[in-house]
Amino acid sequence: MIKKFVYSQKVAPYVFVLPFILIFLIFWSYPLANSFVMSFQDRMLGQDPKWIGEANYSKLFTDKVFLTAIKNSVVYMLGTLVLLIPFPMLFAVMINSKLMVGREFFKSSFFLPALTSVAVAGTIFRLTFGEMEGSLMNSFLGLFGVEPIKFLKDGEWSMAALLILACWRWTGVNMLYYLSGLKSIDNEYYEAASIDGASAWQKFRAITMPLLKPTTIYVTTISVYAGLAMFTESLMMFNGNNSPKNIGLTIVGYLYRQGIEKNKLGYAAAVGIVLLVIAMVINLTQLKLSGMFKKEED
Amino acid sequence: MKKRSTLISIVTILILSLVLSACGKSDDSSNSTQQLGANAGENATELSFWTFVDLHGKHLDKMLGLWNKENPDKQIKLNVTVMPYDDMHNKLLLAVTSGKGAPDIADIELGQFPKFLEGDNVPLEPLNDVFAPYKDAVVPARVAIYSKGDQVYGFDYHVGATLAFYNTEILEAAGVDYKTIKTWEDYKQAGIKVYEKTGKYLGTADTSAIWQESYLLAQQNADFTDENGNPKVNSPEMVKALEMLVDLQKNNVIHTIPGGQPDTEEAKGEYNKGNYASALMPEWYMSRFVNEMKDLKGKYAIAPLPVFEEGQPRSVGLGGTGTVVTKSGKNVQLAKEFVAFAKLSKEATTEIWNTLGFDPINMDVWKDEAVTKNPDNEYVQYFKTNAFDTLNEIKDEIQAIKSVKASPTIGNVFNTVTLNAIFEDGKDVKEALDEAQAAIEQELK
Repeated sequence: MIKKFVYSQKVAPYVFVLPFILIFLIFWSYPLANSFVMSFQDRMLGQDPKWIGEANYSKLFTDKVFLTAIKNSVVYMLGTLVLLIPFPMLFAVMINSKLMVGREFFKSSFFLPALTSVAVAGTIFRLTFGEMEGSLMNSFLGLFGVEPIKFLKDGEWSMAALLILACWRWTGVNMLYYLSGLKSIDNEYYEAASIDGASAWQKFRAITMPLLKPTTIYVTTISVYAGLAMFTESLMMFNGNNSPKNIGLTIVGYLYRQGIEKNKLGYAAAVGIVLLVIAMVINLTQLKLSGMFKKEED
Repeated sequence: MKKRSTLISIVTILILSLVLSACGKSDDSSNSTQQLGANAGENATELSFWTFVDLHGKHLDKMLGLWNKENPDKQIKLNVTVMPYDDMHNKLLLAVTSGKGAPDIADIELGQFPKFLEGDNVPLEPLNDVFAPYKDAVVPARVAIYSKGDQVYGFDYHVGATLAFYNTEILEAAGVDYKTIKTWEDYKQAGIKVYEKTGKYLGTADTSAIWQESYLLAQQNADFTDENGNPKVNSPEMVKALEMLVDLQKNNVIHTIPGGQPDTEEAKGEYNKGNYASALMPEWYMSRFVNEMKDLKGKYAIAPLPVFEEGQPRSVGLGGTGTVVTKSGKNVQLAKEFVAFAKLSKEATTEIWNTLGFDPINMDVWKDEAVTKNPDNEYVQYFKTNAFDTLNEIKDEIQAIKSVKASPTIGNVFNTVTLNAIFEDGKDVKEALDEAQAAIEQELK
């Protein structure tokens, strides 16, 4: 009986996807549904929940601090898209080139930062961008006679610092995605193009870029979400969730402040739902525009 | 062959990343748990204690030694866990409200305390019965801030009376005698001289703490909240206080400091280098001098705070940490008795001064010169004057700032937005305070 069941061709696929389905239902769908319900409640741990309708949402959209958090997260996300897609692609093409010296060295040194803990890296970046004269950045700028800058008290400087941290950490990872994308491009295309007399730039434009499109779409999708959901970097950079004038506050940071620090779980759930909606809207639009939903035409 | 070496290197990287990220995890939390109570017998009860100040664990260790000697039938072993400030309070709030994973005893900082008293089911144990024997010796205002209705929930380590600490070396170089500083006008004139002669600032303009606003309000008999606990941070008294600070900043008497306030790593470094000549801080800042600014030994003198007009109260009790007993503990009564002994008894409060350098809430100690002027005490040795001379001079002037439901929000708005806008961006004081009031009201809705 059991043997029959296990060897059944009809059942086997379901058995194989079962772990995923279970994980999805238990750790994703259930909490999501629960958060959705919570976002309509006034809820604190240890107290009985109260149903308050859409009050959390109407409060949220007049909440200036939340709007600041959205602005910060969106700017950060756009910044990572601008910096973390073209450059890793370029580096991958360079490293993939046979003319490149020390390819393995560059590959691993680009990837190394991704292995360090954000907590450690964030702390080091905080000290690097400290406002003291003796901090790394300020002593470097001091060589050129620049007065010490209070990096982490200024909105633009601190966003730049966060983006530098993101680039330092993620360039290698995105580059690796592109490298694996490049490996799957058949060399014959390039040979054919060479015979037709195409320049390196033309080959890049007409062969590499279009064939890397699936990779680019994947990297964009995860970058949009990672950018919007950024939290730990800011927490470490500002040594806590409360940055001056909220310049480092992100959507998840606000969720943490309301839910964990202030025990307003209902309000925090509403923040989480809004984050999900924003990320979904951006990504679905992006996927639609890039034609991911069309059936493959061959 | 090539393929295999690639495979091996990928596997190595994966394993490495697992190992490294595991290391990262343990670094993140930077927790350390340590068992105290070496003299306890085998039958001792195990209790756990969470704190965010390493020194508090040291104090309980000494008290535990005494307790176990005096109570052989009720011996205790204490597992102390030290966590960073935010981390500990967030974890503790989750643990006590969910009833799972909370320690028996914990330290809760005053500013965080109202969060634990919200709602009808307070997750902390009332301490009234163990408090009764000490009631008359203790400063009442320091118990009221940890109470709800007539229930007492926490015992503080100290009064935290604000004092002025002056770097006499710098002041002498500028030809200023700190003893002549009585009013803010005197402070301003002294600061102008110090800046002209030495290029150093007399004090700080704090952007990430509200000590300054607290003592300036208390001097005018005002507060952040009204009698119903509603915020009123744009009051005329607050405007007067901040405009005075802005005037000091414009005259180079005070200046913003890295870290945002004197009690941060960066700021203590600046003090230790002698870049700021005074700190107007609660009494417990003495322990930061002795333990973390060793280069300044023998240079600092203690005096009462300047005031707007002579005759105004010169001090306010600020900061504080209440030690509480959680409801979910296994041996609540024993924990309560130990906490009362470790925080309120004459032995305990003497020890609090000796190891922590705090002004204890049991005032019997303040009058005992054998304790307060003990020449072997490092807090006596470090400073040019004795802290208790000043403390006893101002002891009837010590005001209190209320800690209510709105307090954490007020602190949050001031420390992130308002004070930065005023001292870093030069925003108009009244305008910044009106915005703060609106933001706080919106947040509390």
